[in-house]
Amino acid sequence: MQESASLWVGLGRAIKQAVLAATGAPWVAELVHTLAGVVGILSIILLSALVLVYLERKVCAWMQMRLGPNRLGPYGIFQTIADIIKLMTKEDIQPAQVSPVMWGLAPVLLFMAAMTTYAVIPFDAGVIFADLNIGIFFFVAVGSQATLPMLMAGWASNNKYAMVGGMRTVAQMISYEIPLVFSLLGVVMITGSMKMSDIVKAQEGLWFIVTQPIAFVVYLIASVAETNRTPFDLVEAESELVAGPFTEYSGMRWAYFFLAEYAFMVGASCIAATLFLGGWNGPFLPGWIWFFIKVAAMIFLFMWFRWTFPRIRVDQLMSFGWKVLLPLSIVNVVVTGIGLWLFFPLV
Amino acid sequence: MAQLKLEHNGVTACGTELYLLNMGPQHPSTHGVLRVLLELDGETVVQATPVMGYLHRGLEKLAEARTYPQFIPYTDRLDYVSSMCNNLAYCQAVEKLIGAEVPERAEYIRVIMAELNRIASHMLFIGATALDLGGMSGMMYTFRDREYILDLFNLASGSRLTYSYVRIGGVMNDISVEFIELLRKFLADLPGMLTEYDNLINGNEIFQARLKGVSIVPADRLISQGVTGPVLRASGIDYDLRVKKPYGIYDRFKFAVPTGSVGDNWERYLMRVLEISESAKIIAQALENLPEGPVMAKIPKVIKPPVGEVYHANETPRGELGFHIVSDGSTKPYRLHIRRPTFYNLGCVNALCQGVKIADVAAVLAVLDPCMGEADA
Repeated sequence: MQESASLWVGLGRAIKQAVLAATGAPWVAELVHTLAGVVGILSIILLSALVLVYLERKVCAWMQMRLGPNRLGPYGIFQTIADIIKLMTKEDIQPAQVSPVMWGLAPVLLFMAAMTTYAVIPFDAGVIFADLNIGIFFFVAVGSQATLPMLMAGWASNNKYAMVGGMRTVAQMISYEIPLVFSLLGVVMITGSMKMSDIVKAQEGLWFIVTQPIAFVVYLIASVAETNRTPFDLVEAESELVAGPFTEYSGMRWAYFFLAEYAFMVGASCIAATLFLGGWNGPFLPGWIWFFIKVAAMIFLFMWFRWTFPRIRVDQLMSFGWKVLLPLSIVNVVVTGIGLWLFFPLV
Repeated sequence: MAQLKLEHNGVTACGTELYLLNMGPQHPSTHGVLRVLLELDGETVVQATPVMGYLHRGLEKLAEARTYPQFIPYTDRLDYVSSMCNNLAYCQAVEKLIGAEVPERAEYIRVIMAELNRIASHMLFIGATALDLGGMSGMMYTFRDREYILDLFNLASGSRLTYSYVRIGGVMNDISVEFIELLRKFLADLPGMLTEYDNLINGNEIFQARLKGVSIVPADRLISQGVTGPVLRASGIDYDLRVKKPYGIYDRFKFAVPTGSVGDNWERYLMRVLEISESAKIIAQALENLPEGPVMAKIPKVIKPPVGEVYHANETPRGELGFHIVSDGSTKPYRLHIRRPTFYNLGCVNALCQGVKIADVAAVLAVLDPCMGEADA
């Protein structure tokens, strides 16, 4: 691969060598290198949430002919910071009837699941926390772990709205997760690998969105459902369930859910960019900037959906998932298989 | 309180239970302080019991201690998104009682105002329905356009929500040339606004899928519940007081009364959208024929109607709003009863909600378009 050493790879190496020079112990250097990666991912999540909250408000305002936040700082850019201060200084209210351990653990677990998915996201050539040979599988497996904390939150809140929301999470997961996995299969079949870096490298010539358009659409729809955003935000469903599983949470606990939601959205956008939009591939600009542009485009698409679509009903989601998305994605897998058999019979 | 019916659908056999969900009075989609007790089987509604009265202010009793003109501001606070129509219904009831004649120009202005208010109310309805179905942006567009109408009202009456513009014997004051110009501009812009709603809200696949085929109730059930207005017309009953029992000068205008055929939530929604353009037609005709002259009849300073009673009903955006006034010959009504359409419309919540999902309860409440100020009086 082209080791033209992008900015971030160089930075990682420099840290490693500096620590190695300072301590002389390779394991310390390795540990610091890993920690630097963790810190990097955390800061990506937090920073992106910081920016996205602001962006979401501005995009929403733009679609609704409003100005959006414009009081705090130029163009209101400090609005999110004010939000964070507000959330942090809020009283931590724990309702009397909740099951404290499960209730308290749920937001943390959800955020953990969201964060873990970032381990396999290739931000640039060589910039990936763990380039597992089961990269996509890892993403799907960890990403679907989000269901459990939601159900925990819903169940432990001892609130009927929360419980209905928690139950919906599970029902929704079953109906969208399968088409999601099937939609990713086509890419895996073409590449012959689940490793993220291999998949990106396979797209140096042609992005998979060209060869796998159906899979992209299915993935897009299923990932909107995975990130619980409109039109599939049945779990929160403000006009029906008040706030679903989050009804009984406030302050920073609620902020964890919020953060996890944004982390999932960015994660899903990253995977879309990696699998279908060619990852870091692109002319002129450094790879990570290309990746960033593609992710931003996907995020804008998600926001666009959110602010223009009404919410689908729970039974409609089910029938849509099982009767439309699943057959479509299976057909895509079959067609991809036939295509591969016809044009690349060696595999 | 609804009893839990454990025998329903043989649910006891598989060991599940029905549960009660108390939706409201504080809930994002109950349009005010409506409380609905939902008896649920999982996501499916078995029984829905509307509980009203959280906004009860005793308007009918208050009326007994007010003189006839003094009660006009209270009618503003009935259905606060269509105050003009309420003013009109009350004033016409009192005029019927005292046998007053209203000047021609005032009659035309009244029609313009009532129909404008109908458009404003239906715009709010479209936005609120979109909001209840999860489409956040739709509301902003309808509210932007409703603002034009509120500005017009502000110009005419000096207030944006509680107008008290229609008075016994006429209207508060004449409309200005500026008002008429702005109104013409609004009428010219209206088709564009409606196209925008079509693109953003009505034409959306998900929006239609959420409403079509949901909550179909036979028309006779609605009639027996006393349901009126667009909700009834959606079930194919051509009942519009403006046509059936023309009040004021409504018999002079040509307009269609849209009626549905299936009677599902989609048609209940569609009735309002179609009525907007019909109302615009009426306003255009009224503007064309607007005569010159006074806007207030010679009404005695102290209104002392003869002993007797009167019932007068108007078609407001929500249905038949009727005032039943009993006079004992004094300056204050002996008894005043208001037939509030929302109150009767909410009576069929159970019929509409049975068997639908929780999400559709929000849709049903949205298409009933309740205004709790009116329902609770």
